[in-house]
Amino acid sequence: MTETLLDVKDVVVEYPLKGFRREPFKALKGVSLDIRPGETVGLVGESGSGKTTLGRAVLGLAPVTGGSIKYRGEEISKASRAKRKELSHEIQVVFQDPYTSLNPSMTIEQILTEPLTVRKVERQTANKRVADLLDQVRLPQGAAHRLPREFSGGQRQRVAIARALALDPKLIVCDEPVSALDLSTQARVMELFIEIQERTGVAYLFVSHDLAVVRHLSHRVAVMYHGEIVEWGDGEQVTGAPEHPYTQRLFMAAPIPDPDRQAKHRADRIRLLELQNQQDLQAGAA
Amino acid sequence: MIETPLALPVTAAKVSLFRRLLTHPTGAASLLVLFLVALASALAPILATHDPNTANLQDVLAKAGSEHVLGADSAGRDVFSRLLFAGQFSLAGALVALAVALVLGVTAGLIAGYYGGWFDAVSSWLTGLMMALPGMVVLLAARAVVGPSMWLSMMIFGVMLSPAFFRLVYASVTAVRNELYVDAARVSGLSDFRIIGRHILTVVRAPVIIQSAMVLGIAIAIQAGLEFLGLGDLNIPTWGSMLNDGFINIFKSPTLVLWPALIIGLVCIALTLLANAMRDELERSRGPVKKSRKAAATAAIADAAGAAEKRGAAAVVHPDEPGADKSELLLEVTDLGVGYDQPDGSTTHVVNHVNLTVRRGEVHGLVGESGSGKTQTAFSILRLLPQGGRITGGSIFFEGKDLAHLSEKDMTKVRGKRIAYIPQEPMSNLDGAFTIGSQLMEPMRVCLGISKTEARKRALALLAKVGIPNPERTFNAYPHQISGGMAQRVLIAGAVSCEPDLLIADEPTTALDVTVQAEVLNLLRELQDELNMGVILVTHNFGVVADLCDRVSVMQSGRVVETGPVRAIFNGARHPYTRQLLDAILEDTAPRGQYNPAGTTAEPQELKGVAS
Amino acid sequence: MYRFVLRRLFSGVLLLFVITTVAYLLLYAGGGDIARRIVGPTASDAQVALKASQLGLDRPLVVQYWDWLTNALTGDLGRSWFNGQLVSAGVSSRLSVTISLVLGAVLIAAVISVVIGVWAAVRRGWVDRVVQFVGVLGFAIPGFLIALGLVSLFALNLKWFKATGYVPMTTSFGGWAATVTLPIIALSIGCIAAVVQQVRGSLIDALRQDYVRTLRARGLSFNRVVYKHVLRNAGGPALAVLAVQFIGLLGGAVIVEQIFALPGLGQITVAATGQGDIPVVMGVVVATAAIVVAVNLIIDLAQGWLNPKVRLS
Repeated sequence: MTETLLDVKDVVVEYPLKGFRREPFKALKGVSLDIRPGETVGLVGESGSGKTTLGRAVLGLAPVTGGSIKYRGEEISKASRAKRKELSHEIQVVFQDPYTSLNPSMTIEQILTEPLTVRKVERQTANKRVADLLDQVRLPQGAAHRLPREFSGGQRQRVAIARALALDPKLIVCDEPVSALDLSTQARVMELFIEIQERTGVAYLFVSHDLAVVRHLSHRVAVMYHGEIVEWGDGEQVTGAPEHPYTQRLFMAAPIPDPDRQAKHRADRIRLLELQNQQDLQAGAA
Repeated sequence: MIETPLALPVTAAKVSLFRRLLTHPTGAASLLVLFLVALASALAPILATHDPNTANLQDVLAKAGSEHVLGADSAGRDVFSRLLFAGQFSLAGALVALAVALVLGVTAGLIAGYYGGWFDAVSSWLTGLMMALPGMVVLLAARAVVGPSMWLSMMIFGVMLSPAFFRLVYASVTAVRNELYVDAARVSGLSDFRIIGRHILTVVRAPVIIQSAMVLGIAIAIQAGLEFLGLGDLNIPTWGSMLNDGFINIFKSPTLVLWPALIIGLVCIALTLLANAMRDELERSRGPVKKSRKAAATAAIADAAGAAEKRGAAAVVHPDEPGADKSELLLEVTDLGVGYDQPDGSTTHVVNHVNLTVRRGEVHGLVGESGSGKTQTAFSILRLLPQGGRITGGSIFFEGKDLAHLSEKDMTKVRGKRIAYIPQEPMSNLDGAFTIGSQLMEPMRVCLGISKTEARKRALALLAKVGIPNPERTFNAYPHQISGGMAQRVLIAGAVSCEPDLLIADEPTTALDVTVQAEVLNLLRELQDELNMGVILVTHNFGVVADLCDRVSVMQSGRVVETGPVRAIFNGARHPYTRQLLDAILEDTAPRGQYNPAGTTAEPQELKGVAS
Repeated sequence: MYRFVLRRLFSGVLLLFVITTVAYLLLYAGGGDIARRIVGPTASDAQVALKASQLGLDRPLVVQYWDWLTNALTGDLGRSWFNGQLVSAGVSSRLSVTISLVLGAVLIAAVISVVIGVWAAVRRGWVDRVVQFVGVLGFAIPGFLIALGLVSLFALNLKWFKATGYVPMTTSFGGWAATVTLPIIALSIGCIAAVVQQVRGSLIDALRQDYVRTLRARGLSFNRVVYKHVLRNAGGPALAVLAVQFIGLLGGAVIVEQIFALPGLGQITVAATGQGDIPVVMGVVVATAAIVVAVNLIIDLAQGWLNPKVRLS
């Protein structure tokens, strides 16, 4: 079979709370999933479900207190700074908010060469790389010497994607990268994600609250709820015929952009909620 | 001890600050004054006519004249020469204080802000301790022990001033530390050292320079004060000791006090004005960034609107479906224009020639992407446009009155009672200083003129009605104690509390999770049905439109491009922009499909009609 | 709420303890040969040793401190080394003068700042620009220069007020007012300038908050929203600046008292500092720290009242 790129097993992330002898806050309560090369794994959930924390744990930005995260068989959940530096060639990130993920006082060129400076790449090579990256994300070459504020949200997100691609990573953690964008911009940026994946074979851990986005992009989908994965499997299966009650509720809650189908969908949702309530009652009585 | 500006702008300056200061009137003047004073002090040995410390009994309190340009002091020393030499000591003393404060404050601020932990706790506590005592009292106490050394006093004062820098740097660093771009740098493997140098120092540099000018002024003032009390080193000339001498002899020679006072005042004012000029310049360069989203959108609108005007494009209007409900027309917006006055006197138009109608009991969706002017249109109906915005044309007829031309007093009577509003962000739209209950009761008491007990009864009933499980507890809670979904229910309760005829809902579910959104949409439908309200629903989500709306207007660049019954829009959109929006909807696209390890996954699902 | 008050009270007492301890150790350890300074350079070594043992200076520092602390807790701050007066009596008799000056200046500043700050923030335009510019000037000019200017203009040239001296409030209110008016004006100008800036700034911020629009959309008038909601939310930062200003004024008062020859804390501080009269200096530090702790406590409680988040977390 194909090798596994990233293997997340029983990961626990806890944040200490202020105050004497307070129980730490458990953002992740033992989460497992795996990603294969060139695959997109969608991570869907509502706010506070822990989906962003899982992404940050993979990136080494969240305190992993239990379980393991293995990249190509190597444990990385407690990687040192030096190890992280090596890993920056393998794992990269695109964040949600295109307005705060780029330093407002740096030019696009400076932003894109920042990851390269760690590698001590020569100036000329770096410049060529910047030109190449701008091409890849379909931004004009003139963009290099401009400041982020001169770009729209969609363009900024392209810059962020270019920065992630700078070191030719094998895995990109995408934390809600299209959520802050307008509908049509969102569609174009998603096409860019797919196109880059087809060309470079990069894998994505794609975190989003939007079911339609995840469905469109992901080969496999994990649904998170209260720090746990409640459903995990083939994208078509999970987004088409969900089995877990929460996933069902989640999918029934999203309104369908068609008045007549939405009217039916709404009625279905109410029926589902009643059914689940009854089941809960029966479970309680039993 | 001194106030520290915490939220200073981040510089994005491309032109050097110094060069821009030269074009700023007070900035350039302040720089000039400071430069001249520094130059005169530096050249004191050349410019001075007398030795500053040579006393001459014949010249005691001599008047200004040919021998002494500015007269002589109580010991017969030349005032002009003393002023020049005093400048050397006074400025150097202030610089010593500044240097100590800078080194201590900035270093500690960087470390504490970036790493946190015990260093943060200790240094923050020490800062509080140092700021708890007046600097003057500490200096006096220190003087009692160490004696009259100006340099030592200024070093101690430097320590006392370091919190000014500590707090400034600390605040900037903690703000930047959690910025996503710093996270991205960490993921790229940059060392802490590089991150601080590259991302954090650039942010704190400008505020620190500004603060330095302020601190220098304070140091000069405090030093002069100390010397003025006669507690300074008598062997060196300073402005403060000259002031002391002048004040003792104020009856005999009133001008003696004037010169040092003048120069101290001048330097302090110049430093403060310089700091302000720098802040002005930084804010100006930052201005367009701060409101970049709005401004960029606005500018784009203005351009696009101009282009549309040239094309003469009219909105596509779909006829009503046969047999559609023909209830009374509640709101009729005709040819509405909204503009923002610019500093240069021009007006940027963000809404142009918008026509809109709402019938009683009808939900009219206003759809468009960011910057399309949909929210501006909604605010103009409420007459609550942000500062600088105004209605530039057209009419808004509501119950026979043109709201566009109503007095503010009459408009206040319309708001709340006749037209209500549901905002987008639940948390920021509640006043954190008052309980939920008091915020619900206050408008009811004002609009309906009911008693407190009656208002309380109604507020509790409303909370129960919008599905809050424990109304009593929520009534007594403060906004930060409830969840976002609950807060949005509270805002909805507030909006319908005076049973309005028209409800304006600005993206009422955008900030909510999907499952909460579904519940809030249900609640809105029930309330709308029960109260038979007309609703303007601003949204960018076609799912929400399909769920609630009877009519839809699609806005682009401040104009309505297409309007009609909801089914006509979804099934027969004619305007290219509407079609583009509908095609970008993902709900109906096929899922990605199976993972194919060979690397060549199946052809990607093309999105219809989206130009890349 | 009780826990909030208790916690603030405890941290205030702790602060007072730490400040006085640090001050005591620094003052007594750093003073060099204190006994020699008191008896004078011509005295014999035996006289110096005698003086030192009279004052208890030959004991270990920790013992001296413990002695001082236990006495201080009973209100006994020792005696001046030079005139033998009780420090507590000397300090407390002058405290009322300084407090009436500083409190007067702060209260006047608070009222004027709110009025001007609201005016500038709501009206904006030229009103705002003038207020800002005058504010910068007022902030920039050191308070004692203003005091000097006031003395020479109103007291020496126009002769509207007495230049110097003090009449206790209990003797004659009119006389008191006449002697403190100029000092209070001198002290309050810088304070007003600083607080106006803060009030204006935080009001403008608060006016931009979303809830302002929502409350107005519910039918509340602009003025009602400003005075009931916006001002309360802007009050927190303004109070914080006022507290900082209060502490600063305690220092500024030293110089202003000197200029107007008022018998306040500043007077004995300057005298004691010049002589190196450590017990008196220590007494002044204790008094100042106590005032600061009290002011901070009051401001904290006010903050808690204004902002439920502060008191409930």
